[in-house]
Amino acid sequence: MMYDKPITVSQLNAYIKNLFLCDDLLQNVMVRGEVSNFIHHSSGHMYFTLKDKDSKIRCVMFRSNNRYLKFNIENGMNVIISGNVSSYERDGQYQLYCNSIEPDGVGSLYLKFEQLKEKLSAQGYFDKEHKKKLPLLPKRIGVVTSPTGAVIRDIINVSTRRFYNINIILYPSKVQGEDAAKSIAEGINYFNNADLGVDVIIVGRGGGSIEELWPFNEEIVADAVYESKIPIVSAVGHETDFTICDFTADVRASTPSQAAEIVVPVYEDLKEKIYDYKISIINNLQNNIDNIKKLLMHLEKTIELLSPQNKIREYIQYIDNIDNKIIYLNKNKIKSYRNELMNYINKIDNANPAKILSRGYSAVYKDEDIIHSIHDLSKDDKVNVLLKDGSFNCLILDVMEGRVCQEEKRN
Amino acid sequence: MPGRKKELNFEEAMNRLKEISEQMENNDIGLEESMQLFKEGMELSKYCNQKLDEAERKINVLTKGADDKVKEEKFIPEEE
Repeated sequence: MMYDKPITVSQLNAYIKNLFLCDDLLQNVMVRGEVSNFIHHSSGHMYFTLKDKDSKIRCVMFRSNNRYLKFNIENGMNVIISGNVSSYERDGQYQLYCNSIEPDGVGSLYLKFEQLKEKLSAQGYFDKEHKKKLPLLPKRIGVVTSPTGAVIRDIINVSTRRFYNINIILYPSKVQGEDAAKSIAEGINYFNNADLGVDVIIVGRGGGSIEELWPFNEEIVADAVYESKIPIVSAVGHETDFTICDFTADVRASTPSQAAEIVVPVYEDLKEKIYDYKISIINNLQNNIDNIKKLLMHLEKTIELLSPQNKIREYIQYIDNIDNKIIYLNKNKIKSYRNELMNYINKIDNANPAKILSRGYSAVYKDEDIIHSIHDLSKDDKVNVLLKDGSFNCLILDVMEGRVCQEEKRN
Repeated sequence: MPGRKKELNFEEAMNRLKEISEQMENNDIGLEESMQLFKEGMELSKYCNQKLDEAERKINVLTKGADDKVKEEKFIPEEE
């Protein structure tokens, strides 16, 4: 510039670039803004624009830097970028060279977690239909976890307490740090491919920070869990920790101890269940036999009721009834006849003249005729008087008219 | 029937046992069927008990030997 001689564009751009490089502030900046026009080029480099309400700046993040990103950059995302500002000599454009990018507002691991969760969810990794059923009584439990520490010990203790003769095979894996995710996935795959008779897998680790639990949020682990033909129980961290592995697994246990409780049945419970079924079957058989007996008895009765013999018996009874009725009626008739007869007999008896004589009366005959009235008599008639024990002859001295006797009045 | 029973695993046998006990609750089944189910149920309960008791306690760990071959060893958890 101090010369009057013209310089080339390249020279100018090189000079400008140098200005940027000499500025300490621009060599180490942190910029907050929103991502737009994001392109992840096949070369591995990332190109996008960072903008706010009024302004924007071109950004680039080289592959060597962006491979450490813990989440995916997306358009519309608010980020904080650390880097330096310089110019791209070829185009004469200044841009922000990104060393690292953090999400603005939430932690990057959280964001990565949410992004992977969304992605796998869309791929059906967490679908209920994909979940496999655990065996009632596992033949062999494969455990993928650290051979040291409380987790495997808890699993063994709880399992043994529930079912002493349990069969556990441990795949010792790393559960935190760089290779942990790979190691966990390998364990799951090993049980699936090796013919060890494992029919359920517990994968897990104890509590820790989100970074320590991170391997269980890696896609490689989710893939292994999703593709496993053996059902998997995931038990990572504490009750409040949720990992991608938990979501993908067939069953999530809040702790490794709980995983053992889910997988291993209580021996005595099963024994009791078998016993209950057995008793129920025995009782039901007894009931069925009793019912059939009852039915049989009922049928027998019905058949008997309908038998010709019974019909005959019924007729006989009917006839007997009529017979009895006739006899009863006859008896009554006879009795009433007899009463009537007795009446007559009494009456006749009472009318017997001998009987009257026995009461002290007498009868008077004249010439064999009974005398009813004094008009049949005259003075000096001879009459014969009959008493109960004999008779005597009388001569009529006198005849007097008029009622003389009460007895006569009655006659 | 013994042939079919052999193929059942513990869980299937338990399910069948449950099924039988439920079927037998039905008063409409005949004596012959009832006896048949009873016989099968008794066999299954024996079989399930057997399965429960034939399990063998084994707690192993996979290790890589010097020849890089994976083998099983008895696992003893470290003391707390």
